[in-house]
Amino acid sequence: MGKNGVGKSTLLRTLSRVQKPLLGAIYFDEKNLENYTENQLSKKLSLVLTERLPESQLTVFELIALGRQPYTNWLDKLSALDLEKINTAIDQTEISYLKNRKFYELSDGQLQRVLIARALAQDTEVIILDEPTAHLDIHQTVLIFSLLKKLVKETRKTIIISSHEVNLAIQLSDKLMILNDDKILFNTTENLINQNAFTSLFPNDLIKFNKDLQQFVINKI
Amino acid sequence: MEQRNYTKYFALLSVLLLILFLINISLGSVTIPFKDIFTILTGGIASKESWETIILNFRLPKAITAILVGSGLSVAGLLMQTLFRNPLAGPFVLGISSGASLGVALFILGSSLFGGFFLTEVFSSWSIPIASSFGAFLVLSAVILASYRVRNTMSILIIGLMFGSLTAAIISVLAYFSPAEQIQQYVFWSFGSLGNLSWNELLIFASVYILALLATLFIIKPLNSFLLGENYAKSLGINIKKSKNIILLITCILTGIITAFAGPIAFIGLAVPHIARLIFTTSNHKTLIPAVVILGAIILLICDTIAQLPANEFTLPINAITSLFGAPIVIWLLLRKKKLYI
Repeated sequence: MGKNGVGKSTLLRTLSRVQKPLLGAIYFDEKNLENYTENQLSKKLSLVLTERLPESQLTVFELIALGRQPYTNWLDKLSALDLEKINTAIDQTEISYLKNRKFYELSDGQLQRVLIARALAQDTEVIILDEPTAHLDIHQTVLIFSLLKKLVKETRKTIIISSHEVNLAIQLSDKLMILNDDKILFNTTENLINQNAFTSLFPNDLIKFNKDLQQFVINKI
Repeated sequence: MEQRNYTKYFALLSVLLLILFLINISLGSVTIPFKDIFTILTGGIASKESWETIILNFRLPKAITAILVGSGLSVAGLLMQTLFRNPLAGPFVLGISSGASLGVALFILGSSLFGGFFLTEVFSSWSIPIASSFGAFLVLSAVILASYRVRNTMSILIIGLMFGSLTAAIISVLAYFSPAEQIQQYVFWSFGSLGNLSWNELLIFASVYILALLATLFIIKPLNSFLLGENYAKSLGINIKKSKNIILLITCILTGIITAFAGPIAFIGLAVPHIARLIFTTSNHKTLIPAVVILGAIILLICDTIAQLPANEFTLPINAITSLFGAPIVIWLLLRKKKLYI
């Protein structure tokens, strides 16, 4: 996390090889990210992006099934294993009631679950989500965050997210990376609180980090 | 992807295609009894020898051309709409058809400017197809070169449109300086025609068409992944650049060869994919590709049948018919569905 414009999305885009590193190199399983073929990387890393999907008539099932593309043959035929992975992903995200709907009929919260299911079906060690709750109300936001928390526990996957929801992130994540203009902090949430890492995250005139509540609170105006 | 059962639709459409094919063959300036048509088609001997020539050398190649042109343009349109994720894309929008037109215009109209050599010395039935393929290929190369420089597909679309207006302008300039007969010759070509192909030409046309269609089968996977946008497609292990180039190449070959042999035929490429999506309510290319092939063939056969209806003496320009029927269909689709998908 970090304030707007500090480079959260750039970092995630670089990690997922959507863009080239500005400097340095990224190693994934002791291999330079640049040296992975498209197909190798697609079995290691899946994405949930903020960009809007083109307006097509894909059904929820078809959309999730596209997550199996790295494994399917040239005609995109789904094997029994593919179907099993897809159905597991649908169950884990609790969206089986949406299966046959067109994706454009869904609410933002439902669509986000579908996109997470698609990433799960891709069966990768790492899932990267860019601002997964950007368009959601507070209830949906908490639902998505707790879903992600549950998935980490159940599937033992690494889930990397960028988020503006600082208070939720502090409560729910195992490790946090705080991007400041001058320094980058990466540690468990608990250690970061003890290091007073959050006090300098934003200018203190409007909001302050309350150490006891472990939350940012608005100053009395 | 999970397939809903479309067998019924496909069976129905195939029967419709067969019926339209027979109707198309049985109509023309000479009335031939249906019984004789059937005899000729099944290899028997008809009551009149001239009927055999009419059916086998004129109407049959024309009907087959209609099927190839209709389905080929529809596939090209579908590929363009998916690649550019834009429901308005089509073979015309990329400027490929305009490129083909420019090739033909340079050949027919340019002959007076650059000396009569082209027209007098090497004028054969092959010259126009070659000129048009060359023009299409030229614009294709320009568009592909441009696509290396600009990543954004919208920019490529606009570059294609610019090439289109550029070639139209060059054609106007050429026409301004050309004698009336040559302008007339060019205008006749631009009306489009399905009926000028000999069996030899048809054989070449069909071979290229089948190769392009087979190649399309191999890009179903990238096409489906493009439905999620380029970044997702890339994260699914698709080689974006390669897939894009193959899609562009197939489109250009299909459009180039069709424009070469049948002239610039409008609207089919734009309208048929939308009709297919409306009937099959899917965006999955495993269903859409066979669907546009069969619907494109059906629709161009209908257009061609209408084109030769009026007086039975002469036929209307096919390009006018496709636009006359295509434009209202697209407008009606928009009014009814309020939204076009890719």
